[in-house]
Amino acid sequence: MTAADAVAVVLWLGVTLYVVFGGADFGTGFWDLVAGNAARGERPRALIDHAIGPVWEANHVWLIFCLVVLWTGFPRAFAAVMSTLYLPLSLAALGIVLRGAGFAFRKATKETAGRRAYGAVFAVSSILTPFFLGATLGGIASARVPLRTAGNLVTSWVNPTSVFVGVLAVAICAYLAAVFLTIDARRLGEASLERYFQRRARAAAVVAGAAAIVGLFVLRADAPDLYRGLTGKALPLVVVSVVCGAAVLLLLARGARMGTRLLAVGAVATMVWAWGLAQHPYLLPETLTVAGGAAVASTLRAILVVFVAAVVIVGPSLALLFVLDQRSRLDAA
Amino acid sequence: MVHLVLLGGAPQLLPARIQMAFTLGIHIILVPFGVAFPAIALLANDRGLRKGDPEALRLARRWSKAMAVLFAVGAVTGTVLSFEMGLLWPGLMGRFGGVFGLPFAVEGIFFFAEAIFIAIYIYGWERLSPRAHLWSGAPIVLSGIGGSASVIAANAWMNTPQGFRLASDGSVVDVHPLDAFFTPAFGYEFAHMLLAAYMIAGFMVASVYAMGMLRGRRDRYHRLGFLIPFVVAAIATPLQIVAGDFAARGIYQDQPIKFAAQELVTRTSTHVPETLGGVLIDGEVRYGIKIPSLASILAGFGPGTRITGLESAPRIDRPPANLVHLAFDVMVAVGFLLLGLVAWLALSWWRRRDLPRSRWFLRAATLAGAASVLALEAGWIVTEVGRQPWIVYGVMRTSEAVTTSPAIWGSFTVVVAVYAALAITAVLVLRGMSARWQRDEADEAGLPYGPRLRFGPEGLTDDTGGRP
Repeated sequence: MTAADAVAVVLWLGVTLYVVFGGADFGTGFWDLVAGNAARGERPRALIDHAIGPVWEANHVWLIFCLVVLWTGFPRAFAAVMSTLYLPLSLAALGIVLRGAGFAFRKATKETAGRRAYGAVFAVSSILTPFFLGATLGGIASARVPLRTAGNLVTSWVNPTSVFVGVLAVAICAYLAAVFLTIDARRLGEASLERYFQRRARAAAVVAGAAAIVGLFVLRADAPDLYRGLTGKALPLVVVSVVCGAAVLLLLARGARMGTRLLAVGAVATMVWAWGLAQHPYLLPETLTVAGGAAVASTLRAILVVFVAAVVIVGPSLALLFVLDQRSRLDAA
Repeated sequence: MVHLVLLGGAPQLLPARIQMAFTLGIHIILVPFGVAFPAIALLANDRGLRKGDPEALRLARRWSKAMAVLFAVGAVTGTVLSFEMGLLWPGLMGRFGGVFGLPFAVEGIFFFAEAIFIAIYIYGWERLSPRAHLWSGAPIVLSGIGGSASVIAANAWMNTPQGFRLASDGSVVDVHPLDAFFTPAFGYEFAHMLLAAYMIAGFMVASVYAMGMLRGRRDRYHRLGFLIPFVVAAIATPLQIVAGDFAARGIYQDQPIKFAAQELVTRTSTHVPETLGGVLIDGEVRYGIKIPSLASILAGFGPGTRITGLESAPRIDRPPANLVHLAFDVMVAVGFLLLGLVAWLALSWWRRRDLPRSRWFLRAATLAGAASVLALEAGWIVTEVGRQPWIVYGVMRTSEAVTTSPAIWGSFTVVVAVYAALAITAVLVLRGMSARWQRDEADEAGLPYGPRLRFGPEGLTDDTGGRP
C-alpha cells in the first residue's frame, strides 16, 4: 500500500466513524422532531437528551478530522470540492451551528416555550445537515466536481444521485439512532421506551433498506461508474451490508439483546466501505486519483504519524467517555 | 485607492474577507472560554475541595454549566471556520494545504481530547468521586493550551511561512512538517494569544461578579466569584505586556512592512518616534503625539535602530496602515489600562488585605471584561490586516486564494443573521441561568457532589425518589 492509499484509508476511517457516531447523533434529532407534543414527547426526548448529552460534541469532531485529513492529504481535491459544492456545504455548516447551539441552549433552559423553540431548531437542523452532507457526497460520487474550474453551483448537488444519497443519509441516521436508543432504553430498564424505539428502528431499517435498493437504480442511470463498482469489485461488501441489515431486522423482531447494535453499525460501515472501494482509485471520479491528488510524501508521512498519535491519545479517552456514559456515570449536569 | 488595488479583479475578495473576519471575530471571543475558563473553574473546584468551601464548589459547578454552553457555541463556530478555509480560500488550501494543514491535524487531536474531557467534567459532578472529577478537568486545561498552540502555529505559518520550497512550475515541494509548524512567529504569537485567553476569561468572568457587587450583592460568594478569575487575569496582564513587547520586536524582524504600518512609519530611517494616535493622510503622519526615538528604542534597544518605512514597499504591497495602527494603539492602551486596574487591586491588597473601597474600582472592573475583548479584537486586526495584501506573507496574495463562487454575498448575509441570533440567544440563555441561580440560592447549594441521579420509570430522579 502506498502512503497515499494509507492516508485515503485513514480518511475513510474518519468518514466511517463520522457516519456511525455523528449519524446516530443526527438521527436522534429526527426522533426528537417526530416525538409529538410536549407531553407525549417528554420521555423519548428525555432519553435522547440523556443519551447524546455527554457525547455529541465528541461525535462531531470526526467531521473536523475528515476535513483536516482531506485538506492536508489531498489539498487539490479539497479545494475542488469546496469550490463546486459551495452551497450544500455552507448549508451543512449552518446546520451544524444551529444544531449544536439548539441542543446546548435547550439543555440550559427551563421554560417550556424556550425549550420548545431550541428543540425545534435542534431537530430540524439534525435532519437538514445530513441531507446536505449526503447531497455533497452524491455530487462527488456522480463525477460532478471538476478539478480546474468550479463546477455547476446548483446541478452539482441538485441531481438524482445527490438527492438519493441525501435521503439515504437521513434514513441511515434515523436507523442508527433508533437502534442505539433502543439499547439505551433497555440498559436503563425502560421497557416502554425500549418498545417505542424498537418499533421505530424496525420502520427505519425497512425505509433505509428500501431507499438503498431504489438508489441502486438511480446510480445505474446517474452514476454508472459507481454502479459498476458496487456491483463488481465491491459486491462482497454490499452483500455483507445487506446480510447485516437483514439480521438486525430479525434480531429487533425477536427483541434480542446481543449484537443488534454491532450488526447495525456493520451494515452501515460496510456500505461506506463499499462506496469507497467502488470509487477507488478515484478521489474525484473521472478527474483525480488518490495517487494523483495526494500531497508530497513528507506530508503524507506526517499525517500518518499524527494519526497514530490521535489513536494513542484520543482512543483511550473516547473509550473512557463511552464507558462512563454507558455505565450512566455521566448523568444530568 | 488602496482597496481598489487590493480587490484587483476578484469580486469575491471583499465579501469573502468580511465573512471570514466576521465569523473569526465572533469565534475568537469564545476561544478564551474554551482555553482558559476551565482552568479558572478548576481553581475554584480545587479550593472548594481543599478548604471544604461550599461557595467555591458552587461557583465551580455553575461555571462549568456556563462553560458547557460557551464551549458548544465555540465548537460549532469553530467547525464553520474549518469549512470556510475551503469555501472561501480554496486557492490557499489547494496549494498549501499539504504544508500548513498539519498544525490543524494536531489541533484536531487536542480538540478531540478537550471535547471528551469537558463532557466528562461537566457530566461527572454527581457521578465521579470528587478527586477523580477534579482530575478529569486537567486534560481540558492541557488540551486548551495544545490546541491554541496548534492553531497559532497555522496562523504563524501564514505570517512567516517556511518548511517548503516552490518548484519552478509553482508547485510545493520539499515539505518539512516540523519547520512548517515551528515558524519564527510561532513563539511570540502563541505566548501572546495564550495570555490573552487567560486575561479575557478572567476579566470577563470577574466583571459579572463586579457588577453583582455594585448592585449590592457583597456576600462571600460574589467576592470569591470576583477574586478567583480576577487574580488569574491579574497574573496574566503584566506577563502579557512583556510578551507583547517581544511580539512587536518579532514583527520588526519578520514582517517589516507590518511593523511599519502598526508604528505608522512612512520613510525608512533611524531615531524613529513612537506615534500615539495619529493618521496617515497623503503619505504624511498627521495629529498624534510623537515620543522622540521611542519606536527605534523599542525595536532595537537604541535610538540608532533603523526601521523600514511603508514607502519602501510598492503601494500594492502595503497593508491599510491607518487601521493597523489604530488597532495597535487601542490594544496597547487597553493593555496598560488593565495593568493599572490590576495595580490598584495589588496596592489595596498589600495595604489592607481587601478590595479597594472605591466603587470606581468595581465600575472599572465591570468594564474590564468588555475592554479585554476589545484589546483581543484589536490585536487580531493587527495580525491579520497587517499581513495584507498577503494571505501567505510574501508568497501568495489574498486575491489569489479567494473562491470564484458567486454566492458569497448571499452566504455572508445568512451568516450575519444566524450569528446575530446566536449571540443574542447565547447571552439570553446565560442570563436566564444566572437569574435562575439568583432566584434559587438553595439550588444545589453546598452539595455539588450529592445525591446521585438516575434515569428511571419516573424520568430523572435522585436517590430519595424526588425529581431534581
